[in-house]
Amino acid sequence: MFKKLALAAAALALSATTSLAATEVTWWHAMGGELGKKLEEIATKFNESQSDYKVVPVYKGSYPETLTAAIAAFRANQQPAIVQVFEVGTGTMMAAKGAVYPVYKLMKDEGEAFDTKSFLGPVVGYYSDTEGNILSLPFNSSTPILYYNKDVFKKAGLDPEVAPKTWKEVEDFSKKIVSSGAAKCGFTSAWITWVQTENLSALHDQPFGTLENGFGGLKSEFKFNGPVQVKHWANLKKWQDEGLFKYGGPVGGDQAATMFYAQECAMTMNSSAGRAGVINNAKNFTPGFAPLPYYDDVTKEPKNSIIGGATLWVLNGKDKAVYKGVAKFFSYLSKSEVQADWHQFTGYLPITNAAYELGKSQGYYAKNPGSDIAIEQITRGTPSANSKGLRFGNFTQVRTIVDEEFQSLLAGKKDAKQALDSAVERGNKLLREFEAANN
Amino acid sequence: MDTKKTTFNSRLLPYLLLAPQLFITLVFFIWPAAQAVKSSFEREDPFGLSTVFVGFLHYQRLFEDPNYLDALSRTAVFAVSVTALSMILGLAFAAAVDRLVRTGKVYTTLLVWPYAVAPVVAGVLWWFLFNSSTGLMPFFLEKIGIDWDHDLNGTQAMILIIIAAAWKQVSYNFLFFLAGLQSVPQSLMEAAAIDGSGPVKRFFTISLPLLSPTTFFLFIINVNYTMFDTFPIVDATTVGGPAQATTTLVYKVYQDGYLGLNLGSSSAQSVLLMMIVMVLTFVQFRYVERRVQY
Repeated sequence: MFKKLALAAAALALSATTSLAATEVTWWHAMGGELGKKLEEIATKFNESQSDYKVVPVYKGSYPETLTAAIAAFRANQQPAIVQVFEVGTGTMMAAKGAVYPVYKLMKDEGEAFDTKSFLGPVVGYYSDTEGNILSLPFNSSTPILYYNKDVFKKAGLDPEVAPKTWKEVEDFSKKIVSSGAAKCGFTSAWITWVQTENLSALHDQPFGTLENGFGGLKSEFKFNGPVQVKHWANLKKWQDEGLFKYGGPVGGDQAATMFYAQECAMTMNSSAGRAGVINNAKNFTPGFAPLPYYDDVTKEPKNSIIGGATLWVLNGKDKAVYKGVAKFFSYLSKSEVQADWHQFTGYLPITNAAYELGKSQGYYAKNPGSDIAIEQITRGTPSANSKGLRFGNFTQVRTIVDEEFQSLLAGKKDAKQALDSAVERGNKLLREFEAANN
Repeated sequence: MDTKKTTFNSRLLPYLLLAPQLFITLVFFIWPAAQAVKSSFEREDPFGLSTVFVGFLHYQRLFEDPNYLDALSRTAVFAVSVTALSMILGLAFAAAVDRLVRTGKVYTTLLVWPYAVAPVVAGVLWWFLFNSSTGLMPFFLEKIGIDWDHDLNGTQAMILIIIAAAWKQVSYNFLFFLAGLQSVPQSLMEAAAIDGSGPVKRFFTISLPLLSPTTFFLFIINVNYTMFDTFPIVDATTVGGPAQATTTLVYKVYQDGYLGLNLGSSSAQSVLLMMIVMVLTFVQFRYVERRVQY
């Protein structure tokens, strides 16, 4: 009798441990350093908040590396449940219908509350299909802003509280800064493609491509060799020759941040997510934050800027239980406390209106002047077809091409028109290839 | 001296003995190579959901693309420069160390170090040294009137990756040359010395000809190295830029296939690269080997 009882108890204990073993939800991401630590903290907090699911974040390197790893894993049937994909990869993910479990569908299937309207319009519009269904969960969205060095401004005889609003002012301020010897260069910029081409187009309501910048289908063509873009690139070249502008390097332009921190350049344009880094690295000076400049002879009221950063995509081919966990985790991620915390720590945008409101009621923006510049810039006005975002296939390669052509421009091999024409022509070839491969 | 001749009667045994090597070659070389050939004729979306046979389309596109043709000549410049630089330096170091009696071991160890460094680390190291705003070298170069900015100057970027790639390969060449030099019969050198020839003459008339098999072997290895193993260096140092000035063939394969997810074109490029190296190796064996004395 006793033996039997012991056996039953043992069996019970065994089954109890198996049912207690939480379902694992793997999450591949590209957040290194401080951001990665914060991300892991979020996962840990979710895991502690319940016992059915365990989210396991795995750092997979840079954005392109993470995307490539996920695709390779999918082909080998070893894919993670969730993968963080940068905005450039959106076209690729959207076209991969058989590989992706759309977020709106997942949330509906799992009975989780998911209200599209609670999300920030410009952010969520980027990742929705033509019917307005959200395909991936916005997680870390950013937009470029202007950073400037208040101390250098003072040294150059400028008002440190007044940042340049227009490109004309950027030029004038830079001239003052360089000629007074306050700094060696006026301004630099990270992400030439994203900041000085894509966002420039959006701000001035110029098309980057046809068919609503690619939102209308795979047949779109690039159009970013218009007069405004040509004029801007020509100006950048001119300012480089005059010593007002300094190139910050290819892709993300690591040099841009370095030159700004070293007080070599008085201003830089970079992602709002660089805010934490700027504050930490600005050891000997006070940084200021401002919206991106615009050409007041082109537009009196610049449009909203467009986003960068990444979203979370769910991949097909996992167990039902895993998707239940993904849905629960996404609900947790969308909570305003979680979002506000992530947004305030990193400088990424709050993805929900509630998270923004929470920050306001906490007095965060009042305490941290300049921290709401990004969100104000991206929510100003009504987004037009040219400013709601970009959606192109093979866009990683297109960005490389734009970078290359910009380098040709600065090296004096091509003028602005030639460089942009060539970028458009080469980019269109890639668009046609993508169209053919995804039909 | 008689060599003992052994005859094996079993016909199977030689195949059996070769089997492990053949198996490895098959799994790690022939099979992936066949895969690359297959996918170079296909157009496929990144996730592999739909595949269409397109024939020679990818190849045709490549030969119509001026950027690809530029990459070809650029790769030639890169391969020749790196091979020449790393072999000459390797030989010079080997000859110098060979003459040392007591400290030779120390120098050998020091000279072999770069080979242990991963290519990416080597790339980053040179990137730091030549970084236009924080690097040490541009600071010195500025003093002698050279304005260094490899982010915009294509020629400088090319020089940078040649230095970085050669630096990593010098150790390897050094080791083989040193071993070669040390197996040069001492009696020959002594006889030449007695006949009154100086060290320079001895080096060029005795050591160098006797090193020809080593040189030939290193030549092939180095060309292969520059063609295939240098993409981490390019990636960490110049990212192929500025304006493709340092995009070599292998880097383009990596860029289009790994970053751009353009698998068909990338496969076609790797097949072409494989063929180029095969032809080069064939030419080397056919024509250069004639001059080699074993």
